[in-house]
Amino acid sequence: MRDRGETIRNGAIQLVLAVNAVIMIYPLFVMVTSSFKTNAEIFSSPLSLPTHFSTANLEKVWTETNFVRYLANSVGITAASVALILLFSTLAGYAIARYRFRLSSLVLMFFLSGMTVPLKLAIIPLFIQLDTLGLVDSYLGLVLVYVAMGIPSAVFIMTGFLRTLPRELEESARMDGASEARIMWSIMLPLARPALVIVAIQNAVPIWNDFFFPLVLITSDNLKTLPQGLTVFVGELTTDWGVLFTGLTLAALPITLLYIVLSKQFISGITQGAVK
Amino acid sequence: MTAGWRHTERPFPWRRSLWIAALLTPALVVMVLFVLWPLLSAFRLAFYEFSGLRPSGFIGLENFRQVLFEKPYSDWTYNAFKHNVIAFLALMVFENGTAFLIAFALLKALPGHRVHQVIVFMPVVLSAVIVGFLWKLFLHPLFGLVNQLLGLVGIAAIPWLGSENTALGSILFANIWHWLGFPTLVLLAGMQRISKDVLEAARLDGAGDYALMTKIVWPLIAPSVTIVTILTFIGSFNWFEIPYVMAGLTGSPGGSTDVLGLYFYRTAFGSTTTGIQDFGQGSALAVLMFIFVAGVTAIALRYLRRREIEQ
Repeated sequence: MRDRGETIRNGAIQLVLAVNAVIMIYPLFVMVTSSFKTNAEIFSSPLSLPTHFSTANLEKVWTETNFVRYLANSVGITAASVALILLFSTLAGYAIARYRFRLSSLVLMFFLSGMTVPLKLAIIPLFIQLDTLGLVDSYLGLVLVYVAMGIPSAVFIMTGFLRTLPRELEESARMDGASEARIMWSIMLPLARPALVIVAIQNAVPIWNDFFFPLVLITSDNLKTLPQGLTVFVGELTTDWGVLFTGLTLAALPITLLYIVLSKQFISGITQGAVK
Repeated sequence: MTAGWRHTERPFPWRRSLWIAALLTPALVVMVLFVLWPLLSAFRLAFYEFSGLRPSGFIGLENFRQVLFEKPYSDWTYNAFKHNVIAFLALMVFENGTAFLIAFALLKALPGHRVHQVIVFMPVVLSAVIVGFLWKLFLHPLFGLVNQLLGLVGIAAIPWLGSENTALGSILFANIWHWLGFPTLVLLAGMQRISKDVLEAARLDGAGDYALMTKIVWPLIAPSVTIVTILTFIGSFNWFEIPYVMAGLTGSPGGSTDVLGLYFYRTAFGSTTTGIQDFGQGSALAVLMFIFVAGVTAIALRYLRRREIEQ
């Protein structure tokens, strides 16, 4: 009796999960298949699979729009921002975690308080600040904003992780006469790789996907990022749904593939902070 | 702990200080220039009148008075605020409610549960711009996927984004589809921390799934519920990208999808139609939003933390 009840219950659970999976995946499936269809095919039979795999839309996106440029901009801006976040927050976290100095807890407090600041609401003074520095409508201005946003939680994670490394390692290197810089670079930091991966993913995903800051800070078409470029693209091609679906598919592709390969790291990186 | 320090510390104290300062400087400079200074200025600028991009004169609380009490600004403020409140309540019930059920289903760890975790989280990694445009196409009244599917079961086409009655609900739906995986996996992580013994003991006492869910799991994941509630609240009041993409800068149709994020952006950086921008009023709005969100979050945290302990 109990077993039968259990089977029914498990069946019901699997059904709920299956329905949810369809709701999550089917829209993405339609997006991908529609990118191979002609406009006429999408409008007349939106639910059917494409009759043949036409790459006409793809060629149009590649040659007639600035899509490739937007993609390259996003790659560059994300890579530069994440690299600087990793560098700056590792150095600062290392100083706080491995040395005792008078202001260390105050410095850590300063970084931590940055985690609570919603930088979007400070966009007006930020815009004025960047304008004064001549950094509006430039890669550097946008990258510096992302670095500033990423540093607080990155310092938090790096400090926490670097504190757990055993002291014996650096002590023995110090006995051997190694310099502080050498101890940090060749002995301690290689051990911090797992934390670096989490910090990198936690920052790369929101920066790659961000729309708000480019919208405010970037005006030249040649500097626009992928999410921002999509709005240009959609504005110009409103009626060409085949090309629109292709653009959306191409924009979603890189991060989705990366997610499928590294799903564990993505999930722990993005939910980091909300999951203790 | 300090013993190892002494011999490096004493001969070269200045070298050590210099080294520590060098490590801290890059991060501190970026934070001061692009977080601390803008944040302090944000409060100051709200009391100024602007001509273009530069403050031109101190006007006290005038900007605050305008956005809160002077028509038409005050109407726009309250209309947008109302939609943020609706969004928060709807996300709490529909997004987090669904997330709780799915997390509970995943907790059983039946075959395939790992794949389901990866699937439910997949839209989370996509940009809100992609999600917004995708659903805008799917919700198209004539050729969109949603009405085509409803047509199969005989339901007449609905102008989802074109009608004031359905537009806000439609963009909330897209938002839920986008973010569902996040609260799901946060709540699941909370459930997985409940000790197996507690769940087993409840089962042996004859608790069914429903009793297990409401009497054991729900109270024991209170810390996760706190975090999800707070993040939903902050997210609802900073909501910008999906409304911008799906309903446009003015919250069409007829302001029925306008939210504070859109209204703030229009005020500060000019709507596409009028091109008027007012940094003073924008700063006042930003300060009000910040105080409201930070204040409510602080109060809610106290209340929710107490609830965690009581249960």
